[in-house]
Amino acid sequence: MNTYDFDVIVLGGGPAGLTAGIYLSRAKMKTLILTDGTPGGQMILTHEIANYPGVESASGYELSNTMKSQARKFGCAIKSNVRITGMSLDGDIKSVEVNGKDLYTASAVILSPGGKSRSLNVPGESKFKGRGISYCATCDGDFFQDKQIIVVGGGNSALEEAVSLTKYASRVTIVHQFDHFQGFQHAIEEAKKNPRIDFVMESKIIAFVGDESLERVQIQHLATNAISEREVDGVFILIGYEPNTESFNGVVDLNEWKEIITKDNLETNVPGVFAAGDAVRKRYRQITTAVADGTVAALGAIDYIRTAKAVAVA
Amino acid sequence: MLKTDLKHITTEEEFQNTLHQNENVMVCCGRMGPMCIPVYGVMEELEAEYTHVAFRDMEFDGPIGHLIRNLPECRSFAGLPFTVYFKNGKVAKATSSIQNMEQVTTILDKEFEKVPA
Ligand SMILES: Cc1cc2nc3c(=O)[nH]c(=O)nc-3n(C[C@H](O)[C@H](O)[C@H](O)COP(=O)(O)OP(=O)(O)OC[C@H]3O[C@@H](n4cnc5c(N)ncnc54)[C@H](O)[C@@H]3O)c2cc1C
Repeated sequence: MNTYDFDVIVLGGGPAGLTAGIYLSRAKMKTLILTDGTPGGQMILTHEIANYPGVESASGYELSNTMKSQARKFGCAIKSNVRITGMSLDGDIKSVEVNGKDLYTASAVILSPGGKSRSLNVPGESKFKGRGISYCATCDGDFFQDKQIIVVGGGNSALEEAVSLTKYASRVTIVHQFDHFQGFQHAIEEAKKNPRIDFVMESKIIAFVGDESLERVQIQHLATNAISEREVDGVFILIGYEPNTESFNGVVDLNEWKEIITKDNLETNVPGVFAAGDAVRKRYRQITTAVADGTVAALGAIDYIRTAKAVAVA
Repeated sequence: MLKTDLKHITTEEEFQNTLHQNENVMVCCGRMGPMCIPVYGVMEELEAEYTHVAFRDMEFDGPIGHLIRNLPECRSFAGLPFTVYFKNGKVAKATSSIQNMEQVTTILDKEFEKVPA
């Protein structure tokens, strides 16, 4: 195993992790960002970001690239699309194993794994991804011109995307597990008054069926348990986001929603391990809040390392 | 033009030349959207390691996007990007929608076996 030493390792390269990288590298901390996806995280899911102060409008891709090159300019190393195969975060020296062959060590670690869109986890879902099942209405809506589609979900994104998908689809059916929606009132009203949208409430999809591409779905009505089949050309799954914290379960304290519990300085229950961004227990999840967290966690990690060094010298 | 660090295929001639001149070719045909960008990122990262593969992108809505869009192997596709792997000019594998590093390398290792130097 090849071993490489750093001052701080940041796990996750979204806005929280990239910001931490900028602050740490500027403070001359030898910093490595390891991210299992593309730098930018969920920002690259966003076609236009209009609420990031100082930048009137930018695509998520542009903002991601700017943050990435800012971090690199200060000397931060970034490794993307890596597979984290092991980690040991207890003790003074923390280590992270990558791709089963490289071991990275550091005095402090920042966890910024963000979140991902929830999947339904029902039979046929992975088989028909890209062959009828989509998680991105803006990307794939135009494949469903004059087709019948289902949108699964009852929050703002499901309601808003259902309305926008009526630009293409001849009929949009919203399938939602409860008898009421979770979205804002204006989003609910907009969907309800659209003549191309109908609703199947208190129901969930239990299977996707087809040959080469998606042809039908099986729907269970939750109040009666009755199961019905419906022909459909496409299904958009828009049921929200969940924190990417599976690999930190048992490593740091998580709450019942699998969010990382932190103190005010964003340190977790493990000394020298900080957390930032959407994966942290908090109310509002935005790029600005992720960037703020990345700053606080980086400054906390710098303090932690300096204090540890001072104690060692004394 | 797609804003990636990959070589872009923009004409039919470039497309045919790429297939003729390279035994192994991976073409990702998409837009600058959230499902496509991660696949371009994976390809950019693999270029240094998989030197026996030619990695290219192509604009889905560009003048020659139909060369990928209309392939029989992509007939059932309804998710961007359309990624096609060519071996000796013939389609060896095609995928629809986002793919991660592991999914891409699994296909590359299976379809484009590296011949030891
Ligand atoms: C469709 C959409 C539109 C949005 N629009 C806006 C907007 O207009 N304005 C706004 O302010 N906010 C917007 N947001 C919210 C914003 O994108 C998020 O709040 C923000 O990206 C969170 O940043 P983060 O760094 O915490 O996590 P993320 O952006 O999720 O990044 C985390 C990264 O870490 C990686 N990772 C996960 N687990 C690990 C691991 N174990 N090891 C290593 N790496 C890991 C992930 O692959 C990912 O790349 C939007 C979100 C979505 C989904």
